[in-house]
Amino acid sequence: MAESLRMAKPTEVEIGEQKAPVIAPGHTFASITDKIASIVLRRPITNGWLFGFAICFLILQWFLLAVCWLFYKGVGVWGVNIPVGWGFAIVNFVWWIGIGHAGTLISAILLLLRQSWRNSINRFAEAMTLFAVACAGMFPLLHLGRPWLFYWLFPYPNTMTYWPQFRSPLVWDVFAVSTYLTISLVFWFIGLIPDLASMRDQTTNKALKFVYGSLAMGWRNSVRHWHRYETAYLLLAGLATPLVLSVHTVVSFDFSIGIVPGWHTTIFPPYFVAGAIYSGFAMVLVLAIPIRRFYDIKDFITDRHLENAAMVMLATGWIVAYGYAIEAFVNWYGGDPYETFLRWNRLHGPYALSYYLLLLTNIVVPQILWVKRIRTNSIWLFFVSLDVLVGMWLERFIIVVVSLTRDFVPSSFGQYYPTWNDWSILAGTLGFFAACMFLFLRLLPAVSISELKTLIPQAEVTVKHEEEVHS
Amino acid sequence: MKDPLIYGMMAEFDNVNDAIIAARRTYAAGYRKLDAYSPFPVEELAEAIGFHKNGVALVCLIGGLLGCTAAFTLQWWINNVSYPINIGGRPLNSWPSFIIVTFEMTILFSGLSAVFGMLTLNGLPMPYHPVFNVPRFELASKDRFFLVIFASDKNYDGVRTRQFLEGLNPISVAEVPS
Repeated sequence: MAESLRMAKPTEVEIGEQKAPVIAPGHTFASITDKIASIVLRRPITNGWLFGFAICFLILQWFLLAVCWLFYKGVGVWGVNIPVGWGFAIVNFVWWIGIGHAGTLISAILLLLRQSWRNSINRFAEAMTLFAVACAGMFPLLHLGRPWLFYWLFPYPNTMTYWPQFRSPLVWDVFAVSTYLTISLVFWFIGLIPDLASMRDQTTNKALKFVYGSLAMGWRNSVRHWHRYETAYLLLAGLATPLVLSVHTVVSFDFSIGIVPGWHTTIFPPYFVAGAIYSGFAMVLVLAIPIRRFYDIKDFITDRHLENAAMVMLATGWIVAYGYAIEAFVNWYGGDPYETFLRWNRLHGPYALSYYLLLLTNIVVPQILWVKRIRTNSIWLFFVSLDVLVGMWLERFIIVVVSLTRDFVPSSFGQYYPTWNDWSILAGTLGFFAACMFLFLRLLPAVSISELKTLIPQAEVTVKHEEEVHS
Repeated sequence: MKDPLIYGMMAEFDNVNDAIIAARRTYAAGYRKLDAYSPFPVEELAEAIGFHKNGVALVCLIGGLLGCTAAFTLQWWINNVSYPINIGGRPLNSWPSFIIVTFEMTILFSGLSAVFGMLTLNGLPMPYHPVFNVPRFELASKDRFFLVIFASDKNYDGVRTRQFLEGLNPISVAEVPS
């Protein structure tokens, strides 16, 4: 490691004339610290923040009511039935966990690929990952029926002398998702330590100094510490890269190991991972666009970031489109009557409208991202991203519901209608997610202070090696 | 010569290159017990004070191997010894289906080992440290670079070390009370 991976070469920073820079010119170490720390430490709480947080908090209360009702009555208050035993719970689980993927992609994979533009968006993308995975995790737990017995999923010696079935994808999922949550949490927290130390040194408030100081654990910016820190960070990035790819792969095994038409297909792992990154970047944009506007940090989250995220969406969107095409082709080429019927059912069955909407939102509309003026226009990008989020939700709805309602024997066909409780819990997790983001923006530095410093010209080491010292 | 009330001598620099040159000269002058502080990672500065290798990767490797072995062994033991179920005559040791959990646990153990190994080797959490006794030191997390020669160094001398550091073009030099 001759040089730090996060240390951008100046040529990478100003990569071309026509592209926006990754950080606005004129910043110094001090101005970066001041600007980011002041969002938390000095900026007063605005009415806009209060209003937004209050709405999310109300939705969260509604969510708690819906969950209480669910616990009181049981999963019968949902629309799930036989044959559709999975319903909204699994649709929403897969959707949320997919959204979480962008955070790790940005923080780990783009770090290994030396994409220095990631330095200003990784912090809140990682926070987004954590909150999204927390939302995702709620659904299988609520779906358990007896959620207080969730710990039965883990292997521990018990009086029933009973163990989890390690050949089941559902058990793999428990391990994949809980590992993902844990590693994302430590990755995020490790990234925060130097910035928490900055906050500790910046604040004049005794109580805040104590809180940030405790969280920073006495970090003192020693270069020996930085050296080990960089190694640990790099190792975590290297570990998180296969991890993030494995998580949605394992989620797709939940489906593809089953024999239900539309599920039993080998394209699922890559197609799920691409879809996850697609929706994750859409969520990054949905969050980044208002954050940089309301907190006035367009210097750090520049048009370059938005454009790069849009291009990632365009690329992963095409992988998803390829997945749809291959699914349709294999349905036809395989000649299996149940798969053929599935194709007909998606296009003409009772849920056909959702399939057409899926093609529109996930494939047709995002093509406007080919136009550079749209990629660099934050209003357009915001709405395209919302469209993709809806599209990816519909995709999971179609996979779960359309396949389960009509599988093999017409006598077992059914219909699925979500109830008010289903919708309340979906809306409630959105409220939870947004409320967490609101708190995060006010309590922690939303952009990595120490990593941004490596992007400005003053961070460049120009002294030569040892010889010069003795001359 | 050794004063238990003094932790060391601290010099402050306002740019990374001056700090690196100063650190190299300090090391060349025979000082070995020293540390440097910077607001962002600077590998050259760590190398300048003679810190080239760290043990985090080894800790991570050991953690990963442990997680990998433990996860596979647990699954093998459950399915072969503790709770064997014969399903259609399929083998009890169906190892391909154990790989996913083994992989996840490898990642989990090695990741946590890297993090806690890093914190332990760094001696964190550390509620008190003498360098914070110098009021200007809080700029180390903002825009300044610091070099500290510890009083425990055999060449340390209150007067001569201060003169030496003042010759390195610093912004300020201060004694660090312990």
